[in-house]
Amino acid sequence: MADLSVNFCGIKAPNPFWLASAPPTDKAYNIERAFRAGWGGVVWKTLGEEGPPVVNVSGPRYGVVHGADRRITAFNNIELITDRPLEVNLQEITEMKRRWPDRAIVVSLMVPCEEEAWKKILPRVEATGADGIELNFGCPHGMSERGMGSAVGQVPEYVEMVTRWCKTHSRMPVIVKLTPNISDIRKPAEAAKRGGADAVSLINTINSIVGVDLERMIPSPHTDGKATHGGMCGPAVKPIALNMVAEIARSPATHGLPISGIGGIETWRDAAEFMALGCGTVQVCTAAMVYGFKIVQEMITGLEAFMDEKGYSKISDFVGAAVPNVTDWQYLNLNYAVKAKIDQDLCIKCGRCHVACEDTSHQAITHLVNGERHFEVIEEECVGCNLCASVCPIENCISMEPLVNEIDRRTGRMVDGSYLNWTQHPNNPSAAKKLQPAE
Amino acid sequence: MTSAPDIQAGRLACGGYAEAFSDLHAPLNAHEARVAAERCLFCYDAPCVTACPTSIDIPLFIKQIATGNAKGAGKTIFDSNIFGGMCARVCPTETLCEQACVRNEAEGRPVIIGELQRHATDAVMASGRQLYKQGARDGKRVAVVGAGPAGLSCAHKLATLGYDVVVFDARRKPGGLNEHGIASYKSTNNFAQTEVDWILSVGGIELRCGQKLGRDFTLADLRRDFDAVFLGLGLQAVNALGVDAPGLRGLEDAVAFIEKLRQTADLSTLPIGRRVVVIGGGMTAVDAAVQAKKLGAEEVTIVYRRGADQMGASRYEQELALTEGVVVRHWARPTAVRGENGALRSVTFAATMEKYGKLVDTGETFEVVADQLFKAIGQLFVPGDIAGSSDTLDLASGRIAVDGERRTSLSGVWAGGDCVAGGRDLTVVAVEDGKQAALSINSTLRGVAPMAAE
Repeated sequence: MADLSVNFCGIKAPNPFWLASAPPTDKAYNIERAFRAGWGGVVWKTLGEEGPPVVNVSGPRYGVVHGADRRITAFNNIELITDRPLEVNLQEITEMKRRWPDRAIVVSLMVPCEEEAWKKILPRVEATGADGIELNFGCPHGMSERGMGSAVGQVPEYVEMVTRWCKTHSRMPVIVKLTPNISDIRKPAEAAKRGGADAVSLINTINSIVGVDLERMIPSPHTDGKATHGGMCGPAVKPIALNMVAEIARSPATHGLPISGIGGIETWRDAAEFMALGCGTVQVCTAAMVYGFKIVQEMITGLEAFMDEKGYSKISDFVGAAVPNVTDWQYLNLNYAVKAKIDQDLCIKCGRCHVACEDTSHQAITHLVNGERHFEVIEEECVGCNLCASVCPIENCISMEPLVNEIDRRTGRMVDGSYLNWTQHPNNPSAAKKLQPAE
Repeated sequence: MTSAPDIQAGRLACGGYAEAFSDLHAPLNAHEARVAAERCLFCYDAPCVTACPTSIDIPLFIKQIATGNAKGAGKTIFDSNIFGGMCARVCPTETLCEQACVRNEAEGRPVIIGELQRHATDAVMASGRQLYKQGARDGKRVAVVGAGPAGLSCAHKLATLGYDVVVFDARRKPGGLNEHGIASYKSTNNFAQTEVDWILSVGGIELRCGQKLGRDFTLADLRRDFDAVFLGLGLQAVNALGVDAPGLRGLEDAVAFIEKLRQTADLSTLPIGRRVVVIGGGMTAVDAAVQAKKLGAEEVTIVYRRGADQMGASRYEQELALTEGVVVRHWARPTAVRGENGALRSVTFAATMEKYGKLVDTGETFEVVADQLFKAIGQLFVPGDIAGSSDTLDLASGRIAVDGERRTSLSGVWAGGDCVAGGRDLTVVAVEDGKQAALSINSTLRGVAPMAAE
């Protein structure tokens, strides 16, 4: 059976499924339950500096976007870092690490952007026996107004500076958690690396208003009639997170930097996708908050089954396997062509492919053939865009079939397997003057 | 075995009637409706719409339910079918919209369109709001004969187009078969009258009950006094059984039984046989048999001369009968009734089979002991009501012949519902007939193309 154990920048865990720094990891009671359920590690909910703890709102902290059957497709929160005394948290971390030595316990930290503040807290965390620290440079609400969280993560110089302080004043591995509320994720990642970070984790939550209560004309959730933006997570953010992970994984400046993937992971498949794009571990919060800690059992067994089927004996066998296949648009092969094909045996004749293509795309799917309701691709019009297959409610009913050594009936061009990208294309005014022969 | 015919009232314990005749389906609550609505794929040129005789925009109304706009969904339904509430209760959806649902192909289970339609239409009715208003009047008057689904559908559409409409009905109460001919567990809480009241509240419709064509007025009178006439006469007689024994007590028409049941306030006063035989294979046969059972009959047997596939009652209705404990015997026809002391005692049947496409007796016979027999072998149109005047209407297959716009052979006279040829004897078809006739009348009287009036 596949070995799920990981060694992530020196932090060992029996599996790559960690709970992200969030409400589920705020205290020993929850962590105990999580480890019993099988989680490989936790990132303890963010600790702040010593003194009066932060104060949370005493009311709704969460908002959701529901899909069909009230399934949660997106989630947001306005909760701050831990509101429990620092000493209590440190004691509990010590106790949990003692009770669960094989599990990873990473401590998330957020203190003011002053070297003294970091210098003060780091030894105390180290004394707990924790396996590492994660720098919360991502929290986009509340704490950012006080110059912490994403206010730091949005300034690469600060990221580098604080990371360096942590590496200077602690022996623990340092993971820098990045905010997605930025235009180029590679910049803070590079800064973290320059500062000596052992790894990055991403994404933190995205600035969001999840909905508006139309009865009261207040965004939700609200506190006594007023609302503020929150941080969004859950299944809807996964594509954003995957892209940011891939950008860091394939950038020459950060390639090879360990990544802990976060963002809408709900199943083993989500996790495997993050890993394929370069994540050595993954972190989960929303799925646990929606379904409870037991959800990790689906993830563990699913990932094991996948790895066994594919012949991967250990996690590192496939981490990053999809990274070489991520490129810039300009290098996509413009000579490649596919056509949609509808499996008439599977087709239930809902007509969604037709109307999607007819109204919004290329008028390449029939509706009636000889007066009969019949949906078929018109190859002369089909650009292979994949919209029909995307909207089809039946899995595998519409497939995209590559043309192989045949004429594309739309363009009249022979598709012969040759390669021609935009940098070489005759329509590109700035293309290389001389066409390179097909590789 | 007693020798006297055992037909008596009050077979159920006190309170048993309310239980037995309660709503066949409890209405969907908001959560159930939303979950059910979310299964709709919002098909293009949706097959369910094509299958609906009134062409209700089903994907749209279901999407409206899914987004919390049940009343808007109701409006979408009523725009195509003003009897959307009753149709939600009585339509054989399993052979119409739900049969066409593409989810059958995907999962063998359609979206429950009928129940969703009830959810939406109930939301509008519960709001007590009238969605339509009387059109600008220009003094043109239309007579509608028959206050059933066809007549009232026609009257309502005409009223919204600004016509003054007078509706005549031979019965004391309006509603036609909705009020008199449908099993009561499909239309509880006096729904038929509530719906009629709601439809009439649009204004511009005068209802004259107890007025019978051919007795109180003639077609010629109407043609003289009105700009147009719509006939929604329904069917007036039932087919003869061939084994009728005049004077023998216990032989009844199923339609008459259902009508009596629907108009009986206290069902514990309604007599029913201990052993009941129903002859026929349509919806009326099932409605009569199931209600006989619900009234406390011990043994109820439907006997139909052909097989299950040929029965007019849908599969769903057949299964309902079986679930209620009705015995269904196929391939037999009655040949004789035997009486005792002037009352029915038993019915003799000849077993039948199909040979070269023709129904023949196998030679075997059997007898079913019965205290009461209901005939449900189809109804007949009696042209007598429209005869006797100088105006004669062309008939086809014994019913009034109409064209696609529901025009009869007489100028200025339209017809629809069960009384016209080529129909399917369904409420929803009658509603469509009335609607199409109204649009055609408007087109004829005002020169407006039918589509433009929509």
